[in-house]
This record gives sequence, C-alpha cells and structure tokens, in this order.
Amino acid sequence: MSDKDMADANMMPERGVSRRAFIKGVIAAGAAVSSTAYLFRAPIFGQPGAPGAVERLITLNVNGQMRRVDVMKQETLAMTLRYKLGLTGTKLGCDRSECGACTVLIDDVPHYSCSILTHSVRGRKVVTIEGLAGADGTLHPVQQGVVEEQGFQCAFCMPGFVMAAVGFLKVNPNPTRAELAHGVSGNLCRCQDYDKILTAFMRGAEILRRA
Amino acid sequence: MAEYKLIGKNYTTPDLVAKVTGKAKYAEDYRAEGMLFCKLLLSPMPHARVRNIDAREALAMPGVKAILTADELPPPPPPPAPPPGQPAVTQPPNENALTNEPVYQGEPILAVAAVDETTAADAIERIVLDLEPLPFAVDPLDSLRPNGPNARLEGNTYINRELKSLKWTEKDFSDATDGRLPMGEAPDTFSIGDLEAGFKQADLVLDETFLTQSTTHHPLETRTAMATWQNGKLHLYCSTQSTVQTVGNVARWVGIKPEDVVLISEFTGGGFGSKIPGSQTMAIPALLSKKTGQPVMMRISREEEHYIGRARAGVQARARVGFRKDGRITAIDVFTIQDSGPYGAQGDYRNVGIMASLAFQPMAMRWRGVTVLTNTPPRAPQRAPGGQQMNGIFDPIVSKAARKLGIDQVEIRRVNAPSGKATFGPPDPKTGKQGYVTSAFVREALDKGAELFGWEAKKQYSGKRRGSKARGIGVSVSPFNAGSTGFDGLLIIRPDGMLQVQSGVGNLGTHSVIDVTRVAAEMLDMPWDRCEVQFGNTSKHLPWTCVSAGSQTTHAMTRANYAAAMDAKKKLQEIAAKDLGGRAEDYDIGNQRVFRKGSPGSGLTFAQAARRAIQLGGVYDGHELPKDINAFTTRSATALAGTGLMGVARDNYPHDGNTLSHVVAFAEVEVDVETGALRIVEYATVADVGTVLHPHSLSGQVFGGSMLGIGHAISQRWLYDRQYGMPLAKRFHYNGPPTILDAPANVKFAALNIADPETPVGARGVGESPVGAGYAAILTALADALGDDVFRRTPVTPDLILASLELGHGSHDALTTNV
Repeated sequence: MSDKDMADANMMPERGVSRRAFIKGVIAAGAAVSSTAYLFRAPIFGQPGAPGAVERLITLNVNGQMRRVDVMKQETLAMTLRYKLGLTGTKLGCDRSECGACTVLIDDVPHYSCSILTHSVRGRKVVTIEGLAGADGTLHPVQQGVVEEQGFQCAFCMPGFVMAAVGFLKVNPNPTRAELAHGVSGNLCRCQDYDKILTAFMRGAEILRRA
Repeated sequence: MAEYKLIGKNYTTPDLVAKVTGKAKYAEDYRAEGMLFCKLLLSPMPHARVRNIDAREALAMPGVKAILTADELPPPPPPPAPPPGQPAVTQPPNENALTNEPVYQGEPILAVAAVDETTAADAIERIVLDLEPLPFAVDPLDSLRPNGPNARLEGNTYINRELKSLKWTEKDFSDATDGRLPMGEAPDTFSIGDLEAGFKQADLVLDETFLTQSTTHHPLETRTAMATWQNGKLHLYCSTQSTVQTVGNVARWVGIKPEDVVLISEFTGGGFGSKIPGSQTMAIPALLSKKTGQPVMMRISREEEHYIGRARAGVQARARVGFRKDGRITAIDVFTIQDSGPYGAQGDYRNVGIMASLAFQPMAMRWRGVTVLTNTPPRAPQRAPGGQQMNGIFDPIVSKAARKLGIDQVEIRRVNAPSGKATFGPPDPKTGKQGYVTSAFVREALDKGAELFGWEAKKQYSGKRRGSKARGIGVSVSPFNAGSTGFDGLLIIRPDGMLQVQSGVGNLGTHSVIDVTRVAAEMLDMPWDRCEVQFGNTSKHLPWTCVSAGSQTTHAMTRANYAAAMDAKKKLQEIAAKDLGGRAEDYDIGNQRVFRKGSPGSGLTFAQAARRAIQLGGVYDGHELPKDINAFTTRSATALAGTGLMGVARDNYPHDGNTLSHVVAFAEVEVDVETGALRIVEYATVADVGTVLHPHSLSGQVFGGSMLGIGHAISQRWLYDRQYGMPLAKRFHYNGPPTILDAPANVKFAALNIADPETPVGARGVGESPVGAGYAAILTALADALGDDVFRRTPVTPDLILASLELGHGSHDALTTNV
C-alpha cells in the first residue's frame, strides 16, 4: 500500500458521525440492491449509532461500471468484490498482504485488495481480473500470453499475478525478464513454475507492444 | 518412439481461459441461498484435555445457529491407504475433525455456525473453555531423552504399530560428540547385503549428521469447503487432489453412504500431498449444514491452514558412507529420527533409506529409524516424502567424498547411478530378493544434463571467489515413485460424433486431469477439437481413478484411458462387422470412421457407429458392463448407458517392475560472503520419466517441483517457542516460501523421452522426483562455493552462512528442530 493509500484509508472513516448521518446510512443500506451481508452484520434499527459509523451505501467504479453497494466501514475491498459484487476472480490467499492473490488495479496501480478498505476507493477506478478481457471475450494481451505459453498450474495465484503484470507493464511496457520479475515479485506462487510465469508475461508484453 | 498426433505435443488445456479470466470456480467461489458461515475454535495449548465447554452465551447471540463438538462426530474412519510403495500409516489415536484432547496448538476443538462470519467469530470469543494442560514435546530428541516428555499420554513412538514410550539412555546421548546425532534404540530397520564387508572395501568413510526441516505444504488456496444437502444427498464443494477418491472418505467422515455424496471440485488451488482427504474440511461444514438445515461455508484462513493444512515430516539423520577410490559406494549405514507430528507415523524416514538404495546403488546398506511424535501440526506426505530428505542427507556427503577423492561430482554419480532394471529397497522377507525399477537411464540423464548445463566449462568457477562473491556448482540425482496401476477408463463416442472422456482426476494444477485423456483421443485417432473432457463433479459420472498423489496419475490414468479407448475401438470394429459383413479384425479406425482395411472411405462414421451402438444396446452402449471394473465406475457407467458407444475397461496391463522416475539437476550459485545473499545463476534438469505426454506441463512440473526443493534449501522453515510449545512462523512471511526473485535467472530443461517398457504409451509421473533434485543441487553447489562444513541443516539462510564463515565451521547444529 502506498503512503497515499494509507493516508486515505486512515482518513476515510470519519469519527463522531452524527445521528442524522448514521440513520441516513442505515436507510440507504436497507434500500441497497446487494444488501446480503455475508461477512458483516445486517443493520439493526433502533440500536444507538456506533462511534465512528460512516455512510454505508456507496458507489464504486469497478471494471468500468458504477456499482452501488452496501459497505461496512471496516470492510476490505477483497471482501466487497468477492461477497457483495460477485467478482470471485479476485482470490484470497492470505488476507494479510503476504501473497498478492488479491491484487487489483486501483487507478492503474496494483494493490492488495485484502488490505485496502473499500471506503478508500470511492471515486477511483477499480479493475479486477474480470475486467481485463473485452466484452466479446477477446483476451487482454497479458492473458493471451499466459494462454499461449500454458503458464501457471493450479492458477489460484494467477488473477493476482496477471493484475500485477498488467499494472507493471503500464509503466514499463518493454521490460527485461529481470525487471518484470521485480515488477511481479509481490506475488507468491506455490506451484512455483516462476520461469514459465515470466515467459508468459514476456510474451504478453510483446503482444501488448504490437497491439 | 511411435509417431503420435497428440501425445508429446503442446496444447492449451481447455480450462485455462476460465482460469485466466477469473471465471474458474474454486471452493470459496460458490454461493448458496441462505448460506451460513462457520468458524473454528482452535486449541490455545500444545496438549490439553477439554474438561468443560460453556457455550451458553455464544448460543444465545442473535444470528448464531449451531455449535458442533467432538462428541457429535461419527467415529473416525481408518486412515487412508498409503500411496504405493509406502508402508501403511499406523494411527491408533485416530485424528478426527474435532477433538476433546487437542494434541497441537491450533487443533480444532469445536465449530460454530452463524448467519455471517463476524457473528461466528464473535461467538467463538464468547465460548468459555476449561482446559487441563498436559505434558507436551515439540522436539524429537527432547522426547527421547531420559524422563523426556511424551507428545501423547500413550507414548511417543510406534513399536510394531503400537504407540509406546521410548527413552534413550544418558550414555546414548553422551556417546554422540561433535554435534553428531545420538543413536539409541531404533525400532525400525532394514538391511541389504553385508554391511561390514562393505565398509572393509572402503578407502574413505564419511560420518555426517544432517537435519531436514518440517514445513507446511501451504498450497496457495486454503482448504475452504462449502456443504449443502439436497434430497438427502450431501453436496460438498471442496478443494481436493482427487474428485473420485475423496467421495468415500467424505462418506466415512460424515457417516453416510458414498452414493449420498456429490462432490464438486472443479478447480483446486494446489495440494502437494496436503489435500488428500482430511477430516476437518470433509466433516465440519457437512455436519453443521445437516444440523442447521442450511448451506454452510467454512473459510480457512492462512493461519488455520498452517495448523490443519498438513506438513512434511522433518528428518534428522546420521549417515556413515564408505567409498572406494573410484568413488563407488561400498556401504551406507544411515540412522534416521523422524518428527511425525501428533498422529500417525509417516513413511518419510523409511523412504530416506529406500531412495538412497536406488539413487546410489550401495553394495551394502543398513537403514535404522525411529519416528517420534511431537505436539506440532499433523504430517502428511509432501511432494517426494522422504525422497527430498534423502537427497539433502546424502548428496552433500557424496560431493564431499568426490572432493576428497579427487573425482568430479558428476562422475561419482555416474559411477553409482542406477541403470536398467536397477534393484533397490529392502529385500522381500520371503524371497530375500530386492524389488527393481521398470527402467532407469540415469547415466544418460547425467550426460545430457552435463552438456545442457555446460558442466565442464563451469568447473572453472567451482569454489572460486571474485571480490566478495563465491561461486559453486552442484549436481543431484533424485528418484521417486512414479505411478500405480489398476484403475478404470470411461468414455463415450456420442451420436454427434464427439468423443467424451470422463476424468476423475483432481484438477489441482498438474494438467494431468486433461493430459491423460489425450491418450484416449490419440488411440481413437480423434482430432482434439472433437473431444470433450468431463471432470470436477461426481454428478457428471466419473470412473474409478487414482488419487493425484505419489506421482501416480500420468502412469495410472494413461493406462486406464488406453484401456477404455481399446475397448471402444473393439466395439467400433464389431459394429462395422455386424452391419457391413466380415470379421471385426477386417476393420480399422481413423479420421473419425471405422472402415474396411485398405479402404478408408468405406464403413461408418463414428457418429453413425454411436447411433448403432445405442440401437444394439448391451455392451455397446453401456447397458452391460465388464465385471472387473470398480463399483464406482459401474455406477457412473450405468448412469451414462444409452448415450453413445461406451468404452469402459479396467487397466489390466501387465506390470513387472516398480514404476519410478528419475530427475537429475545441476545448479550454479553465487554467494556474497559479506552479506550471505545467495543468487542461483543457472539451473538445469533432465527428466527420465518415460514418454513425454505434454512438454509444457512436464517442464512446469519439473521446475515447480525443483523450486519447492530450492525453498527447502534456502528459506522455508518452522520456528517454535520451545518453552510453551507454540509455533511462531505460521504465515507465508515467516515460513519463507521462495519468491520469483529467488528463482534461478537461467533455467534449462530436457527430457530423455525414452518410453517406459512396462506401460502402454510409456509415460510415468514426475511430480515428486524434481523436489529432491532441486534441493540437493543447490546444497551441493553451496558446499562447493563455501566449503563442506558450513551447514548441517536446512534452510541455509544468510545468517547461517555468515555465522559459519565467521566461526570457520558449521554454526547451527542438527540436533534441535524448528529453530
């Protein structure tokens, strides 16, 4: 997480929210389309507002779509994507910023979505693995590189790795193998054919440059 | 080598686009209406007895639905059958999904289901446990000391399969000097040939002590599971290494009939031996779902995965090895202590002896071993169980001997290499004869590898320093089990002319779930785009299949698919003869037709033959089935009967030797002696694994397995607080699996591609032998760079390297585990 994100995350949940703001949040939450709270409790009317409560119904820009979603203040982006928005392509491998399986792009920069609060990405562009391919199914060049080289094995790490590579290639479209390895070194693979992962991404980079 | 159209060719596995677009569903990606979540209460102590559970406050919380304790579980089933070539696991104190006597910190005691995960977690916090602390041991040698603690009330080791208490004498410990492993009573042993005669022939005898560490498997996907009941049947969405063989285990853990289990596991996020059916994942969500009448999801966190996710058994060993002047190994006398965790004994320590007898073909050998229970997470075979440990124990000794005798490291391995039907392992007690492999071409692999790696040219860097950088080169020969036999193949040629192959293999990333079905397509001369593979869900009617563990699948299921294809071919020929006259053998198949030999345009299309098969019924469309297939296959084939021309058969092909694969590895490393930092400059492997089925997949298995070994060499480990029996390294960061930056910069690979003589198509498994090869190629290269006595344990971390270089000898002993 960058310093800026850290600051955003710390800043976002306002302290001492007024009763009026809390009730507004509760009413909004009740009206949310996707209000099934898997991980987080559904709001209960009549309870006093918890200190630090924030507005819950927010709009997120995910994969180019504006999505209205009911989000608790302590909810991580990975949980919102997986359990509220149905985007299960983003994986949870460790839930503590160790493995990178949950990597998504936020304003084109790769982030561990397990360790970023959903509220902190309001007004920003979130792209997940589901948002890479074209609407007609045309694969993103990095995805195409993986397919051509039969990269990855169990592929549980793959969505995170692919997002990290896509993000890295945005700032360095013509990397050496060593540079690309550094670019995706925040992601772990346990099947560990790291060699073919790099070959697949180098291939993807080549297709991307040609496109 | 036969000319194949599909076998040996690269292709895109049909599940890859789903994986790369995020559409592939792993266990945690399924949802069900009204789904509850459950959380586990884990033991805070390494060994304790539950005196009382007060869950009143938790159960009174809004949203809490049910609690499940050990008392409500069906009695534990017997332990699963071991992979071929491994002794059965002794397991008198059976592990169950939940327990009233936790035997390691983190063992699940109870589970709570609630409307959401936070409520379940809060409920867990409100449960009041009354625990009676019990004695515990987290280190095998501590437990073997006079008056040392036992991990279990019943004892600390298995003697003749019974849990007994074994203590060594003070003298056993004081006899071992200079950091050598003490050697007291060892209940387990085998011998090959005359050991003393062997040592008499030796010109050089080395006596070395070495520790290989316990490590958690840690597949990237934790063992999450979701269960729901429909019409009396359990639907379990889980993460497993075998779609088919998990069914029986689930049935036993849950206490229902196998016919009442529908198992869905389309994608599994890695296993490495840890996702062979386990009690917690199989039983808890299923039983809580039954109790609440609602679907239940059990998400497993990374820390929970450390506890219940299985681990490799670390082995401490002392090996005395005799060498002739020409490098030939005359005798091996090896003593092993295995850290077996709190439940059954593992086969790893015995495999250390068996695999050493194969890799180095000693003229005489004795293996002794004791398996010690500890209050640490349960063990299971991890990729090359015992094979990896063997390479770590022996390869540094062999390379040290080479240096002392003035022999090249590759040459000493050529001198001792297994060849042809090489014998290995303990002699059969009845016949006195050793078993042997189907084939071994290790010398050819060493020659090819030396050339690929440029061994001769690289020898100039051996042990050389430039500035603060020390360079070294190393090599390793690693054998391991590579296949089983006797499973079933099942396929349908459909009326639309498509070939539908049923695959019960777990889709855990090896690609073998699909690769093995290519054999059926090849034998029926079907274009790959006219084939469909059904997998990942037992309601799709899958045949009896091996567990994808022990490198079995490629061998076992190419045989089974070959058998099913041959059955279908025979039926095609018979149908043609019936309809068009003549005898079945007058007909051949090709280009999706069955035709009169010499006249490829005649006869029937496969689509026409499939329609005829349905009209004919009986054996042709699966209404009559072979008697020798497994009952599981019979159920599946019966469900598919009438949908086309069915090929169904058991693999009854003859098989004489033991199926083992060999991988040789070469490594060049560069160590900064001022910082301890290690860089793997180059890494090359050659695989002697029979016919190559899928080149991309094979090279991936070999390099991925190598990296697992490399991780054991340089970084992966456990860390224990010995005072309180608490694990300190429970997550990725402190467990230290290798990252992409630890991978060798330059990777080379070749396969001999020599068909195994004892199996149709000639393909063997490869998942495991690369692990030991990678592990020991790095270790021998490190010793070449830094000197023979720098390390006596793994992982060889920068701090170990620096401390040892400063002291002038090994700084870290091999007598204490998990430090």
